[in-house]
Amino acid sequence: MKKQLRIRDILENTQKIDLQLTLIAGREGLDKAITAIEINRPGLTLAGFFDYFAYDRIQIFGLGETAYIKQLSRERREEIYARFFSYDIICCVYTHNEYPDEVFIEYAKKHKVPTFVTQHPTTRFTSLLTHIVEAAFAESITLHGTLVDVFGIGILLMGKSGVGKSETALELIERGHRLIADDLVEIKKIDESLLMGSGSELIRHHMEIRGIGILNVRDIFGIRSVRNRKRIELVAELQEWDANTHYDRLGIEEQVYTILDIEVPYIIVPVRPGRNIPIIIETAALNQRLKKMGVFSAQELDKRIQEWISRENKNT
Amino acid sequence: MKEKKVKVKSDAGVHARPASILVREAMKFPCDIYIIKGQMEANGKSIMSVLGLAITKGSSLTIRANGEMEDEAVDRLSALIENDFAELASK
Repeated sequence: MKKQLRIRDILENTQKIDLQLTLIAGREGLDKAITAIEINRPGLTLAGFFDYFAYDRIQIFGLGETAYIKQLSRERREEIYARFFSYDIICCVYTHNEYPDEVFIEYAKKHKVPTFVTQHPTTRFTSLLTHIVEAAFAESITLHGTLVDVFGIGILLMGKSGVGKSETALELIERGHRLIADDLVEIKKIDESLLMGSGSELIRHHMEIRGIGILNVRDIFGIRSVRNRKRIELVAELQEWDANTHYDRLGIEEQVYTILDIEVPYIIVPVRPGRNIPIIIETAALNQRLKKMGVFSAQELDKRIQEWISRENKNT
Repeated sequence: MKEKKVKVKSDAGVHARPASILVREAMKFPCDIYIIKGQMEANGKSIMSVLGLAITKGSSLTIRANGEMEDEAVDRLSALIENDFAELASK
């Protein structure tokens, strides 16, 4: 599912990234849609080589391009720009606070191509822009759950309303862990293996605890109790204890939960009075860290037992 | 599964008090209830989730219920939103 991203949206991006853009021409074209994540440096094109010209990407004019254009005669520039703008150009950006020449501006105005000047150097600007465009194109989903950072592992607590997700998170915060989002978690697929979770900005770091009401976790527990986003590395589903359900007792096989086509390690934690859920979640986080380092407790114990059995068999 | 689209008419949108009324009503039904605005889907039984949708006047919402008493739940909640929560707020 590809989303619509207009040039205007880049200017009004919500990620608080300052691209330091000044619009110098082509205001009418601001509603044009950006269709490609990549950018293009039109150096070769300006030199007259139009094969493989990626005109549908944002065109970035760096120091090289501007220096090259400056030493061209006015006639040559007219010629090149006429050909350049005969393509359906999305948008042009000049970096290093370099302004295009008046011929370029005339053409940009005529063809309604938004043209900007930024103070950033080219590499910096490109990486900032790519960040914004990739985030905007990333697939996303909202899930009901609570996202916490426990010992550096992002854990998405899921489960039915009232099973105790928020209470578990509260206890975890009290133990020095961090809250990212309660109840409404926005998840973005950053690349093929990375899911980033964050909360809705409006209610960020607020929680509802039955019996108390709405709390501002940051105000109560301080800045170290919260963070704005976190990679999701484990899904823990809290379930009412049911005597008829079979719960995993070994943990030898890894279960997965699929979010936006990415498989995330998944555990089911049965809840009943007297079970200390936060400490189970903490331990699950530590176990997950061990697994990331290649240590699988359950599998290793099983291996040890099997070795012992085969040794005993030989002895008898 | 049952769904219904509603438009929010209240000038004040859905701030804390209307959200609490909405959630209180949703809790009376055994089914799963979702309130959907654009691409965001909130759990109808969670105050924070509903507040997080940032529902303002003119917002188009979809009320979705799944499970036991889903028809009643959708009717009840959509009526509540369409009537500006008036009926319950006065109680």
